[in-house]
Amino acid sequence: MSSLSTVAPPTPQKASAIRHRLRTGTRYAPTLATLALFILMFVVGAGMYPSFLSGQVLLNLFIDNTFLIVLAVGMTFVILTGGIDLSVGAVVALSMMVTATMLQNGWNPATVILAVLVIGGGLGLLMGLIIQYFDIQPFIVTLAGMFLARGLCYVISLESISVTDPFFTGMAQARIPLSEELFISPGVLIALLVIAVAFFILHHTRFGRTVYAIGGNEHSAMLMGLAVKSTKVLVYCVSGLCSAIAGILFSFYSLSGYSLAAQGMELDAIAAVVIGGTLLTGGVGYVLGSVVGVLVLGIVQTFIAYDGTLSSWWTKIVIGGLLLVFILLQRLFTRRTP
Amino acid sequence: MKSILKNRLAWPVLALAALLAVNQIFRGDFLSLRMQDGHLYGSIIDIMRNGAPTILIALGMTLVIASRGIDLSVGAVVAIAGAASCAYIAASPEPASPATAAVAVVIAVVAGLVLGVWNGFLVSTIGVQPIIATLVLMTAGRGIAQLITDGQIVSVTNDSYKAIGAGYLFTLPVSILITAVVFVLAAVLTRRTALGTLIEAVGINPVASRLAGLRARNIIWIVYIFSAFCAAIAGLMISSNVTAADANNAGLYIEMDAILAVVIGGTSLAGGRYSLVGTVVGAFIIQTLTTTVYTLGIPPEVTLVFKALVVIAVCLLQAPKARTLLRNLKPASPLRTKEKVAA
Repeated sequence: MSSLSTVAPPTPQKASAIRHRLRTGTRYAPTLATLALFILMFVVGAGMYPSFLSGQVLLNLFIDNTFLIVLAVGMTFVILTGGIDLSVGAVVALSMMVTATMLQNGWNPATVILAVLVIGGGLGLLMGLIIQYFDIQPFIVTLAGMFLARGLCYVISLESISVTDPFFTGMAQARIPLSEELFISPGVLIALLVIAVAFFILHHTRFGRTVYAIGGNEHSAMLMGLAVKSTKVLVYCVSGLCSAIAGILFSFYSLSGYSLAAQGMELDAIAAVVIGGTLLTGGVGYVLGSVVGVLVLGIVQTFIAYDGTLSSWWTKIVIGGLLLVFILLQRLFTRRTP
Repeated sequence: MKSILKNRLAWPVLALAALLAVNQIFRGDFLSLRMQDGHLYGSIIDIMRNGAPTILIALGMTLVIASRGIDLSVGAVVAIAGAASCAYIAASPEPASPATAAVAVVIAVVAGLVLGVWNGFLVSTIGVQPIIATLVLMTAGRGIAQLITDGQIVSVTNDSYKAIGAGYLFTLPVSILITAVVFVLAAVLTRRTALGTLIEAVGINPVASRLAGLRARNIIWIVYIFSAFCAAIAGLMISSNVTAADANNAGLYIEMDAILAVVIGGTSLAGGRYSLVGTVVGAFIIQTLTTTVYTLGIPPEVTLVFKALVVIAVCLLQAPKARTLLRNLKPASPLRTKEKVAA
């Protein structure tokens, strides 16, 4: 607000309207920039490879990244409060291991899914409680959580366990036709449901508003009488729950459990959230932005797969480069809005 | 001041002593050292040798964290340094000569310094949060390392190069000596000059220190360059120990170990006061943990669970709130505990 005080306002009313528009515009700008980039990449891809321009390529971005979308949604909650969750990749692997082992021992899929959700949510809750009530940095606690979850994977099995349960194989192979040529997988529907629920919670509930308030200024939020403590614990529970859902989706996708799976996926999730326009300091960002962030990461991979001559490591370099561009962009915008 | 220092180091040292004691109980010869072929052998030496890269990186990390920053890119720097030096040796006309090894070392160190300058530039000049600024290099760095090695594991045969990570000098492993030199260097530079105090000042309140006439930007630049320098040396050690550069796995998760070492050593992630000795003790705790798992006969796959539990225990013991509960120490001042990490 103060940055605009030097501009001579024509009339007070008009000025405040402009001010308001500018402010909301700036708020959406990083996310819109990501969306623009995504569209641009799609257009460029279509120009270079004729087969790129199909609805199925777009839908495949969703099908191949359902788990990452769900992870990024959970991570958005945590980052909005100014925290971070490094354990998500390991919790995905743990969920997959638990799923595969329990199914192998003849449990029915419903019980297995429920158990996985309880484990993921419980781990998140535990980390949140330690962070909140012992005042230890989220970075360290979730790092320990990552070691714990990954270690439990090794304890369960060092080998890869395949999933042969009919419900899971059915979910893996099922295709929901949208039109004659286009289809999606059931996982996409679950991911869309998660996005919708997260969107509703963040923007239309007291909990969601408190999340933004904590990220904006934790002290003020506390003085306003908001439930800061329980909210800060709950966001880690949400992230743990999302990791568990992502683990189940990954099981649908890969039909196996492996203790080394999803290594470094926490970085992809954080990168997607940042590219999607969420500030790591908290308080600013959108779930939908994170979803677009995941799609951008997905399209980079599709690009490299289409090209064929580029080696896989270019993915990492490009993602790093994108991250840099968006950080600099954010820097530009945050300087303007004090 | 001395009593505070004693308090801050008391827990890590106790934890390390307890770990060593457990080992000694389960394996009577654990603490013994013996000479063989003019080399010193023993479990302690093993722990120090295997822990050398982590200690080195943790030293650099301590100063970064003291300035209220964090450096996630050290693992990637390890990979790049190893890749650059091994790729040079493998491609040079005389892959076995000491001169080639010397040039390779220089290349790796210069690469590290350049990456440190890059991190410092992002954090100090552009003003990006440290955790994201270094996340860029963490993500892209392994890709760059793979680009250098062309996705292959580059193995080299050069005795001089091998000596860095696997050689002996004055009966001690070279890697331990290098680490000791860097430790002394860091300690003298920061504690015998004003640099250490300046770093702490920047970490406690960057704005106030700038207003006091301190060139906070230069200080931040120095700590990131030092951190990357340490990581480059560690990268040389790791690649020379196995005489190969593995862009994918060299130094994987070493940043996590280093940060843990710093935190266990009693340096707060919120910046400010730091302890290099504490960091070394912290790194020893982490390395001893791994050894303890073998000594106790715990299956190796449980190592990570064990590590997680010990880390949580040590952090809880250090947490002001848990301490208040235990009534062992007076609680830290509310200002420090309320401070949010830049995470």
